[in-house]
Amino acid sequence: MIRVANLHKSFKGQKVLKGVNLEFATGKITTIVGTSGCGKTVLLKHLNALLLPDSGEVLVDGIDLTKLRQKELYKMRGKFGVLFQGAALLDSMSVFDNVAFPLREKTKTKESEILKKVEERLEQVGLAGMGSKFPAELSGGMKKRAGLARALIMDPEIVLFDEPTTGLDPVLATSIHQLIARTQEAFGFTGVLVSHTIPQVFDISDYVAMLANGIIEEISPPESFRASQNPVVQQFIQGKTEGPIQVL
Amino acid sequence: MSSASTLANYLGQTGRLTLDQLAGMGRMFLFLVSAVFLAFRPPAKIRLIIYHIKTIGLDSLSVVVLSGFFTGMVMGFQGYYSLRKFNAESWLGSATALGLLRELGPVLSAFMVTGRTGSAMAAELGTMRATEQIDALYSMAINPVKYLVSPRIIASLIAMPLLTAIFDSVGIYGSYLVGVGLLGVSSGSFFSGIENSVVFHDVYSGFVKSVWFGLIITWICCYKGFHAPPMATGVSQATTESVVLSFVIILVWDYFLTSIML
Repeated sequence: MIRVANLHKSFKGQKVLKGVNLEFATGKITTIVGTSGCGKTVLLKHLNALLLPDSGEVLVDGIDLTKLRQKELYKMRGKFGVLFQGAALLDSMSVFDNVAFPLREKTKTKESEILKKVEERLEQVGLAGMGSKFPAELSGGMKKRAGLARALIMDPEIVLFDEPTTGLDPVLATSIHQLIARTQEAFGFTGVLVSHTIPQVFDISDYVAMLANGIIEEISPPESFRASQNPVVQQFIQGKTEGPIQVL
Repeated sequence: MSSASTLANYLGQTGRLTLDQLAGMGRMFLFLVSAVFLAFRPPAKIRLIIYHIKTIGLDSLSVVVLSGFFTGMVMGFQGYYSLRKFNAESWLGSATALGLLRELGPVLSAFMVTGRTGSAMAAELGTMRATEQIDALYSMAINPVKYLVSPRIIASLIAMPLLTAIFDSVGIYGSYLVGVGLLGVSSGSFFSGIENSVVFHDVYSGFVKSVWFGLIITWICCYKGFHAPPMATGVSQATTESVVLSFVIILVWDYFLTSIML
């Protein structure tokens, strides 16, 4: 289970997170929504300690990541898979090598098993036969699929998705959402998704958390979230510029 | 009162700037220590080391050969002009070889490698930072310094002396072509001058310098790229800074090495 307690983070004096408290249910998908630039990605990057907070705790299975030494932190990161906004594929490698990369670097798996596992993952994300392509030869949607295959190759307990549908057309965005839901069902990981594509993202989320003004304003299942009387949530859902959310 | 507060502001800003600079230097030094420490910690990244020997060594070879050849030819002309004033043209081989082996070979080949490969290192790592590839390595529990920087450091320690040796050899040949082929210096006196004046220490000091310069280039260029602000201007800024700073530190360190090994 992941729990974030009283998390504060600022950059060059600008406070981005002002005491975030949030729990992510194990084996479920929790989506963090909020306006652009509100700190969703900053919060996400705290969950596997890519960023360290000014104060507060990030507890994964009861262990506070902010207090770990580097070696222990690397071990904890093994529990996570991450799909970055731009997929972050290593562009000097083919899709196959990108997906195989964590296995080759972190395990002593035989090449024959790596071949089998990578091809299986590529097939699961709809990229069968595309292993020899390089990231520069892929479309935006294909890059995200390859990034997802890499995120899942180590069978992680937790998968973080940073705006997985940004820059994609609505059809492709829906297909990526469906892919996330399908893989979550197949692998049973705890998914944390950062997005602002509502209402589409409600369909695959078990919980929706609203980040605004540096704090979590609301966390509830999608139906309750839609019906929430919280003015911040309503302003966001209705896309109004007038309201409690400070529009930058 | 207002002049006192202006002075306090000025002192405050100067103090902050100094502390920032010191902190930056400390971070750079720690980056080097960590990269060198990880370079000698198993598992060794043999494939990556070989790949980077190719990118640092082979890809810089043409520019090193070309610049070495013309440097040697210029030294042939200039050396002949200077030595003729003392009727000492026969020492042309000696002057060229000592100048190249001890000084110009290591320094100029380091400059060439900085321009050709160091800038590419900074740009590549800067782009990897901007496109979250470095974050991706962290998130896969892979230390990006060990994966991206340490193999480059080992590769540069191997490739740089080899490139310097090639620069020296081609430079001496260039000087020979001008001195002997064009200006009429005797071939025998050209080579006997080299044989009589060049001792092991001259070759050794050039070798030591080239190893240090290889380390400096990789250290600075990787550091600047690794910590580039994640945007297009950040990458270009990191590339420029890495080249300029490498040049300056190579020259400063060259002074200290020369004074120690003279």
